[in-house]
Amino acid sequence: MNALRLYFRYVGASIRAQAQYPAATLLLTMGHIGATAIEILGVFALFHRFGEIKGWTFGEVALFYALINITFSLADLLTRGFDVFGTDFVRTGAFDRVLLRPRSATLQLIGHEIRLSRLGRLLQGLAVLAVATRLAPIEWDAAAVAIAVWAVTGGVALFAGILVLQATLAFWTVESLEVVNVLTYGGVQAAQYPLDIYAGWFRRVLTFGIPLACVAYYPVLAILKRPDPLGAPDWLLPLTPLAGFAFLALSFVAWRAGMARYASTGS
Amino acid sequence: MSAALRPYAAAFRARFLLMLQYRVAALAGFATQCWWGAIKIMVYAAFYESAGAAAPISLPNIVTYTWLGQAFLALLPWLADPEVGASIRTGGVGYDRLRPIDAYGYWYARTLGWIAARALPRAVLMLLAAGVVLPLVGLEAWAWQPPAGPEAVALFVPAFVLMILLAVAVLMLANVVVAASLNERGVNAILMPTVVVFSGSLVPLDFFPDAMRPFLHLQPLAGLVDIPFRIYFADLRGAAALQGLALQAGWIVVLVALGRVAMARMMRHLEMQGG
Repeated sequence: MNALRLYFRYVGASIRAQAQYPAATLLLTMGHIGATAIEILGVFALFHRFGEIKGWTFGEVALFYALINITFSLADLLTRGFDVFGTDFVRTGAFDRVLLRPRSATLQLIGHEIRLSRLGRLLQGLAVLAVATRLAPIEWDAAAVAIAVWAVTGGVALFAGILVLQATLAFWTVESLEVVNVLTYGGVQAAQYPLDIYAGWFRRVLTFGIPLACVAYYPVLAILKRPDPLGAPDWLLPLTPLAGFAFLALSFVAWRAGMARYASTGS
Repeated sequence: MSAALRPYAAAFRARFLLMLQYRVAALAGFATQCWWGAIKIMVYAAFYESAGAAAPISLPNIVTYTWLGQAFLALLPWLADPEVGASIRTGGVGYDRLRPIDAYGYWYARTLGWIAARALPRAVLMLLAAGVVLPLVGLEAWAWQPPAGPEAVALFVPAFVLMILLAVAVLMLANVVVAASLNERGVNAILMPTVVVFSGSLVPLDFFPDAMRPFLHLQPLAGLVDIPFRIYFADLRGAAALQGLALQAGWIVVLVALGRVAMARMMRHLEMQGG
């Protein structure tokens, strides 16, 4: 059986398991919509009071918000195995069993538990995207759609890279380090506003450290057909999501190094 | 201490000391809250730069409000006490029913110990970082300012105590629902967004549209963040501050009474699980 077919078998098994409890799954999804949608309520309250933020309108900020939330919801759906890797695989010794199977560990971890409730964030992101399209001057021509899909793909790669790094650290720490949430949930929080409102040091962190701006801010500028107020050249804007893939590739280099030194906890 | 209170104090102390052991969790919480606080403050600063005149609270005060909120985030009642759910599922609640003490008071003391111990190390670290380190490195404008004066201190101390008692009263209602439904996920899914929005933790309640403000200031959750923090920087003072304290105290009485009735009903129907 090839890898892709096996992956879809994992997805199917996961979805069938959750379909056994349809009411619980539905309620969890609604809860996830509620928990993630309060953020846009906060953004709305601030715009209602102040009108604009450094020349950006609510509709434009809603586009930043929608794309980063769609991106993170997809990444969250795909990388659960890496997220709980320390706690559920290393500490318990379950990773030994993963290694014994004649399939790559990465494939098995990606296929671990596809949580339908995470679609809650995706749904509210899509709803905000509809609002943004109504309010902001966005022309959804083929180029804009392509850039949006490309930015979301690069962003999924970036968030996946962060979670692979978190899992790699677990080879040393044995636990999943929750402080990585600063980069995932905190990254979503940071990227839902345009980069130029932040202080200089924070802009550099978000561009060169964890390249969130490359999968959110710069491509969204290209969709809005706005020049970068910070001076990045126009031709560069649609290319920046590449940084997400570069980040993921580097994370997998670290992951390999971690795998090579893995010793079972013996539990 | 009077003999009648001793078992409750012991329950509080045991839980408090146990929860203080989780140092890594406290450090992770602190790091997360620094990041969140920094982002929130930069966003506020950008809004104030664009249209500061529209703001109901000054920028230094909103900075202090944000740091206070991050420091005392763990005091917000957004998760039912996980031990209550566990004791119901394992049948451990049977031991609690045999204790010759008031069941509501016993759970209240334990839940109080739980949130106090989670909040204390985070609050101390945040005070050091935002109240001491930031001014020392020349970032006074972005620092956690001391209270507005002696009157603000005198009013903030009772407001802070009432804020904690109110938080536990809310959690006790959540605990009862968890015990009745055998599952905390549903309760937490509703509790979290409700508390974050209506306490003023998301944005200060005065930032919401004017038509909603009278309601927002009267509802019980305002006493968790909005009232005590505005007393801290004297946005609420004199009669308005006293009114805020009265509102907090009044809602505590109501919620505790409701919690006691609900708990008594739940306990009458409680079926012992597993063993």
